[in-house]
Amino acid sequence: MGRTTTALKSSVTKRSERKIRILVAKPGLDGHDRGALVLCRAFRDAGMEVIYAGLLPTPEQVAQMAVDEDVDVVALSLLNAAHMTAFPAVKRELERRGGSRILVVGGGIIPDEDRKKLESMGITGNYGPGTPLKTIIEHIESRVREERWGLRSPYIRRRGKPL
Amino acid sequence: MRVKSPDSYFISKLRELKRLRQQTSGYSKSYERWHREVYSKFARQFPERKKEFRNTSDFILKPVYTPDDVADIDFERDLGFPGTYPYTRGVYPTMYKGKLWTMRMFSGFGTPEDTNKRLKYLLKHGETGLSLAFDMPTLYGYDADDPRALGEVGKCGVNVSSVDDMNTIFSGIPLKDVSTSMTINAPAAVLMAMYAVVAEKQGVPLKLLRGTTQTDILKEYIAQKEWAFPPEAHMRIIRDMMSFSVREMPLWNYISISGYHIREAGANALQELAFTLADGFAYVDLGISAGLPVDSFAPRLSFFFDCGMNFFEEVAKFRAARRIWATVMKEKYHAKDSRSLLMRFHTQTSGASLTWQQPLNNIIRTSIEALAAIMGGTQSLHTNSYDEAWALPTEKAATIALRTQQIIAEETGVPDVIDPLGGSYYLEWLTRELEIGAYEYFDKIERLGGVLEAIKTGYLQREIANTAYESQKELESGERRVVGVNAYQVRERRPIKILRIDEKAQMIQIEKLRRLKRSRDQVEVRRALEELRKAFLDPKGDTMVAIINAVRARATLGEIMNVGREVYGTWAEPPLL
Repeated sequence: MGRTTTALKSSVTKRSERKIRILVAKPGLDGHDRGALVLCRAFRDAGMEVIYAGLLPTPEQVAQMAVDEDVDVVALSLLNAAHMTAFPAVKRELERRGGSRILVVGGGIIPDEDRKKLESMGITGNYGPGTPLKTIIEHIESRVREERWGLRSPYIRRRGKPL
Repeated sequence: MRVKSPDSYFISKLRELKRLRQQTSGYSKSYERWHREVYSKFARQFPERKKEFRNTSDFILKPVYTPDDVADIDFERDLGFPGTYPYTRGVYPTMYKGKLWTMRMFSGFGTPEDTNKRLKYLLKHGETGLSLAFDMPTLYGYDADDPRALGEVGKCGVNVSSVDDMNTIFSGIPLKDVSTSMTINAPAAVLMAMYAVVAEKQGVPLKLLRGTTQTDILKEYIAQKEWAFPPEAHMRIIRDMMSFSVREMPLWNYISISGYHIREAGANALQELAFTLADGFAYVDLGISAGLPVDSFAPRLSFFFDCGMNFFEEVAKFRAARRIWATVMKEKYHAKDSRSLLMRFHTQTSGASLTWQQPLNNIIRTSIEALAAIMGGTQSLHTNSYDEAWALPTEKAATIALRTQQIIAEETGVPDVIDPLGGSYYLEWLTRELEIGAYEYFDKIERLGGVLEAIKTGYLQREIANTAYESQKELESGERRVVGVNAYQVRERRPIKILRIDEKAQMIQIEKLRRLKRSRDQVEVRRALEELRKAFLDPKGDTMVAIINAVRARATLGEIMNVGREVYGTWAEPPLL
């Protein structure tokens, strides 16, 4: 890629004008929705189109909603320690419904070793309490950019971290 | 939707308090002079840390408080003495000089056997009251073998799928000697029935049972979001629980009206105070609508508050809560029994204040919060463990949390004098301001048609979510600083050793259910569940008695709750964005 970062950046902004559509969901028996509702507002203020799945949907329902709403990203939040069951279930159900291009990001109370396992399944982010909103938003934007462009986003490259 | 209520108690009270606030003392002139000639001059020369100082409730704080700020406070009328109306200074005449607060640590995880061991450990280490945490399937009323329970059994608390599990939890613990608090809401009636049936087996009469079921479904719709049925259905079952308790279990706190979850969901101190008390009044209305005289049920109403880091605001919140409750119970509901007027409450230090960064700092946070709760006159206290931002506490962390309370109790001298901060200009002003703010919210909720309507329109939920978002933005802009999070950071890995719950818990619980279903009398179970269905359908039916009979027949939690789901359906939240 013989281009400068600036050129890449401006063309990205121009050509990916379509707003990011994001589904925020808590798949399972977990009503602790403070973080999810804060994120909904933050995503909206960051210019995304936000759909909130409401409470207590099953992983199947979340995946169906994501496909029906044609979202770019599903953002999952769980604070009840069931993430290792529920997050992969959403991913699996998405694939089953032809939604394998839909990105899945997660967050909640997720210990380090679980985080690694989730990332190997393509469920990224997995941020814990105390993460700045900016970090989460940038992560989502960069993943969408990567998905739309087949490129590593400048953000991820700068941090030198693989997805 | 605006409903003009004929009941204008709250608005007239609000007007009265605001009128009183106009009063000034002889010190206002000298304060103004000091502010102009000394303070402002100095501040111009040496600028202050912030342009404006605010507390969580968004009150703008003055640099210092004077007699002028408490000119509307009358000692006899507004403070009085401990154990006397309006109970601002404490609900008992001797407070901690007689008996220390109950050190009640919330625990429970994995299988009933695991929890039984933890409870016995805590009793051995000087804990004085038991408090049970349940896992998500139990909280929502699903059995361990329900597909919805997959991956969640025993994770955030103990799993109780049947009366056999309750029996195991209390095996070797005589129920006549302990008081047990159960943090359970949607299926509270079922868990209370299980506890009663275990007591029967142990030969303990129901009238001796001491403890609490949380049962506060209103705050579930407002904040914690763990419901099973629509609001009216739950309220109806709670009504039957109230009647049953008044009749058969007079020492049982059948409801613990909770601000904790409202606060943790993002509310500030004022919103916690106001929404919790508004819920309290809704339960009083419910009891009255069941035909119970107010003094027959109100003495067993108890409360549960959060305690956050803004020390004086928290102390003031507790004092304001006691004063409002006593005043409204007397003036609006005409309660005569002094026990109906006094607000007893449990406190838990704030989970949301804990950070995973530099986790040992959480011990200090919890100590400060515990001190505020004790200065605020709590009846019992749970102190969080330093590792709880990350997972269920390890034994070591839970022991330090209990020791925190014991150090305050034994070494500081704080419990030796009642309401030790009372009379502070700042504290008394704050107490009054929170009180006025709460009446403003009561009035607003009343105009919306009451708490249930305010829930159905999403007003209360949105208020909380907005505050949570604002507070997060303040943190991110650096306006609000939290050590280790956006100030004094260090590079670190998450160093905490965490308690992992074995996935085996689910298999063990499923196997137990299979054995239970083989060994019980199926005809008896079907008959009891049919009776329960009838009681649910009949507005005059006694659902509490029917639930106890179903538990005696060894119907499972999920079977009982599913009858309710079939009869009442479930509930979807209004849009909150």
